[in-house]
Amino acid sequence: MTKNITVPMDEQTKLDLTAGDYVYLTGTIYTARDAAHKRMQESLDKGEALPIDIVNQIIYYMGPSPAREGKVIGSAGPTTAGRMDRYTPRLLDLGLGAMIGKGKRTQDVKDAIVRNKSVYFAAVGGAGALLSKSIIKSEVVAYDDLGTEAIRKLEVKDFPVIVVADSKGNYLYK
Amino acid sequence: MREINVNEITEAVSSMCIEVNHVLSEDMKCALDNAFNKEESELGKQILDQLKENLVIAKEEMIPICQDTGMAVIFMEIGQEVHFTGGSLEDAINEGVRKGYVEGYLRKSVVDDPIIRNNTKDNTPAVIHYSVVPGENVKITISPKGFGSENMSRVFMLKPADGIEGVKNAILTAVKDAGPNACPPMVIGVGIGGTFEKCALMAKHALTRKAGVHSDIPYVKELEEEMLDKINALGIGPAGLGGSVTAMAVNVETYPTHIAGLPVGINICCHVNRHIERVI
Repeated sequence: MTKNITVPMDEQTKLDLTAGDYVYLTGTIYTARDAAHKRMQESLDKGEALPIDIVNQIIYYMGPSPAREGKVIGSAGPTTAGRMDRYTPRLLDLGLGAMIGKGKRTQDVKDAIVRNKSVYFAAVGGAGALLSKSIIKSEVVAYDDLGTEAIRKLEVKDFPVIVVADSKGNYLYK
Repeated sequence: MREINVNEITEAVSSMCIEVNHVLSEDMKCALDNAFNKEESELGKQILDQLKENLVIAKEEMIPICQDTGMAVIFMEIGQEVHFTGGSLEDAINEGVRKGYVEGYLRKSVVDDPIIRNNTKDNTPAVIHYSVVPGENVKITISPKGFGSENMSRVFMLKPADGIEGVKNAILTAVKDAGPNACPPMVIGVGIGGTFEKCALMAKHALTRKAGVHSDIPYVKELEEEMLDKINALGIGPAGLGGSVTAMAVNVETYPTHIAGLPVGINICCHVNRHIERVI
């Protein structure tokens, strides 16, 4: 089924998503990948607050190429989600709403998605030029020193994704 | 003897890094068109259509094809009659990478140490493989390698008794494990024989061969064709969401090996199999 959804999503919207749905997202999402996840984990271990409020938000596993003059962002496709698996269940249990990436997740992550009524979307890997056209605003909001791995707040319009893991335990990859 | 100033190498490497990350080579474009025509799944076709559109946008608007503009892997074939002047060749190559990645708005994806992990902020150093060949030319081949697919690559130290069937199983195992992570439809580089490092290097070099061109060795050509069919029969499909096209090419290189061994290197590349050559 094809759907248009405003993000962040309410709980019912998430519950209604099913693996295989083709979804266009419009609204606000955040980026974070390996180094940002490691830092967030270290902050949590020390009992410190995260640099962004992740509750009900969507994290897009992505590190863009630099923007040319006059452009919002450079190439901006998903990175492999599996490298974040070690950090993900904890973030979901703390209220993270959903994730966008590409590739397989561990059983621990899939369990945490069901437990927290979350959802894991895939964007098409290697289509970073095309996907950049759906990003209308980009701003670094934390870990600026990490360069491409900084946390960015993105405004997206009709950003195309596919539901891979839904809140009912369905999983699209074979 | 022919003298070449290393500044010429810097300029070539810089412009090649920019071009290869924005414009996919004709052979790979054809391979993607063929994939689109062959794909039976509707969703698979839709994804391949997006990948084709992505290539058009990348070229026209100068946005990198993929945000992972890779670690620069550079093969230098140096004619033995060449004398380099003007400084260190290796420094000149890395200066070319630095210039290309900074001036070309390419992503800086290299960290200075595998454990400490500070970004070098200019994508250097490159991984450079040198070979000395007859003649007075220098051939530079650059293939920026993204790590979504690099991470799914494998080396298998098989036994001679495992034979060709063992090699086939190794390739299928690596591709199955890679699945959606490696951004299919993939290109598979395979190196059979040599030593531990030689098979991996052959697998990497095999990725620079034009898609659709086969090995000159009859049994290797047959292996390439058979493995492409077997991989496509796995049904992984574009983006790993199911379909009849999982790989666009299987390129195999071979080398003599030890009586006790059968090393097999499998270097997996995504659909953005970037490679560019220039002869100076």
